[in-house]
Amino acid sequence: MSANGKPKIAFFDFTSCEGCQLTVIDSLQDHPELLNAVEIVQFREAMSEKGEDYQIAFIEGSCTRQSDEARLKAIREQADIVVALGACAHLAGVNALKSLHPLEEVRKYVYGDKWDWYETYDARPIEAVIPVDFAIPGCPIDRNEFIAVVKALLLGKKPPIPDYPVCVECRLKENICMYTKGKVCLGPVTRAGCGAICPTYGSSCEACRGFISNPNQDSIKDVLAEAGLSVEEIINIYTMFTTYQVREKLLQKG
Amino acid sequence: MNKRIDVHHVTRVEGHGNIVVEIENGELKTCRFEVVETPRFFEAMLLGRPYQEASHITSRICGICATGHATASLRASEKALGVELSEQSWLLRKLTFHGEILDSHVLHVYMLVAPDFLGVGSVIPLAQTHPEIVMRALRMKKLAGDLCAMVTGRHTHPIAMVVGGFTHFPKMSELEAMHRRLIDSRRDVEATVELFSKLPWPEFERDTEYVSLSKPDEYAFIDGEIVTSDGVRVPPERYKEVTNEFMVPYSTAKFTRNKRESLMVGALARFNNNYDLLHPKAKEAAAVLGMKPKVTNTFLNSAAQVVEIVHSIEDSIRIVEELLSRGIQPEEPAPVKHMPGEGVGVAEVPRGLLIHHYAIGEDGRITAANCIIPTNQNINNLEHDMRAWVPKVMHKPEQEMRLDLEMLVRAYDPCISCSVHVLKIQR
Repeated sequence: MSANGKPKIAFFDFTSCEGCQLTVIDSLQDHPELLNAVEIVQFREAMSEKGEDYQIAFIEGSCTRQSDEARLKAIREQADIVVALGACAHLAGVNALKSLHPLEEVRKYVYGDKWDWYETYDARPIEAVIPVDFAIPGCPIDRNEFIAVVKALLLGKKPPIPDYPVCVECRLKENICMYTKGKVCLGPVTRAGCGAICPTYGSSCEACRGFISNPNQDSIKDVLAEAGLSVEEIINIYTMFTTYQVREKLLQKG
Repeated sequence: MNKRIDVHHVTRVEGHGNIVVEIENGELKTCRFEVVETPRFFEAMLLGRPYQEASHITSRICGICATGHATASLRASEKALGVELSEQSWLLRKLTFHGEILDSHVLHVYMLVAPDFLGVGSVIPLAQTHPEIVMRALRMKKLAGDLCAMVTGRHTHPIAMVVGGFTHFPKMSELEAMHRRLIDSRRDVEATVELFSKLPWPEFERDTEYVSLSKPDEYAFIDGEIVTSDGVRVPPERYKEVTNEFMVPYSTAKFTRNKRESLMVGALARFNNNYDLLHPKAKEAAAVLGMKPKVTNTFLNSAAQVVEIVHSIEDSIRIVEELLSRGIQPEEPAPVKHMPGEGVGVAEVPRGLLIHHYAIGEDGRITAANCIIPTNQNINNLEHDMRAWVPKVMHKPEQEMRLDLEMLVRAYDPCISCSVHVLKIQR
């Protein structure tokens, strides 16, 4: 706690587009009172002031190189609460797309004959490196959910992240089901909380918020089979944001 | 005189970069801008993916210019596959693009640049000392974000833009409400011009080759030819003739140069090359800011962004009025005419010329991808500016000199997350 009794919070970024931190800045448009409730001691993208004493760390981005692990561990050491901010930190997200190709090929494709100058390894969620207390899912995060999580943390409560599928919110929005439109959609197995924003704007759910804890796998298999989709189409959508999770699952099965 | 300035992770920029300057016996020995962001490999990620996904994947290159990346990506696929956009789709594409220009420029000039001139480390203390400035910035940023959200669902990362058009359409009532807000925002825009016309911009001149898109009938943001202030003009497909990439031994950054030692892209380059096509109110704002092309003070890149804020507000009002008068017709995306194909998509995103180049196979999957990012094109020019700037500020106390160098970096509004598919420093 700082002298004024406000909890100190800090923002950190690893491999990401920094869009979730921008969403944090945007959330201040509607909730400027947040600045009265906490003291932000580090937020490189938005401020030059820098403090190393903090209780809550929000981390955006995946870990994609060995040399970043020490920085993650130092943050874990200092913070009482570590929150993964967004899909890259929570799931490895789009960063894991590169795992679909042999790593050496990927490196050579982008950097040519200088490919081994640049350190990299398979993208992973920060939970693969340090224990994480909570995750705010999404690509990007939802600004209202961010505010709700901060409020819960300040009250010492568990953040209110839903554990039911996007379909629930999609029905409430009275959207036409993407399957009715002949499109594959991961709404039935994906964690809600986004207000089904993608189907609402005419795009399929791509599972950027990760899977619910008990997805009905049999039912989604039936839905996908009935929709007459090709295996390729199904693999494509399952590997947009959740390549890391799909690979882990396949590795577990052997 | 010996000095070493080492700014490890410049703050108030997007992504991770370091400034390293070494002065020995009063002579400048080292002058580098190091990019230390992790590499991300987006071009390789696109390989084998269906073209329909490309804009969703590449918008994730950058949270600030997500709409710009999505736009350039869609234009690359559309050109590759012979897709012709409807007039309505063009209006909507341009409208949401203005939203992003506004969002990014307001963030940069108010939250990243202004604190340097007001003697604070960030926008947070300004909330106490200059609440009216902070509230105005937040109000303008919210308007920009809401404009994007009305068209594509959200600014970071847009949802409703697809190859051939849109999957969602704004309601007439939303357009009417947006029109009122845009008109009301003119007061905030005027106050912005006023504020930035009074800032003591550092005095610094270094002419360079200014590179931007250009169109005959409008201030170019999407499509157009690539032109330079040194008289070069090429169609987008020949981009490599301008953005010659080269390597330097201390950095794996791919640098670019054309006619001269370096080139510059961004708001200042657009202002210099396309001034005549700015909205009359934007030209008035330029006069208030004391700017007329050719402007060669890099620090005024931020002032050129203020001029573009005026232009984008006025052109957004025009587009919304046109949409209101013609009415919104929900329509299916325009069809793909042929496959396979190869195409180059270009856009003037907030930080300058962005190029996406794809080859799409017979099965609709991407077989080759190349992205040229504005910040990459600027880093070489930034280092040349730093070399010209250091001798002017090296007599100052270290703290002040450090700030002067950081301000120069911020003037470029670098977007380092974007640039890292080809940038990293070898230590």
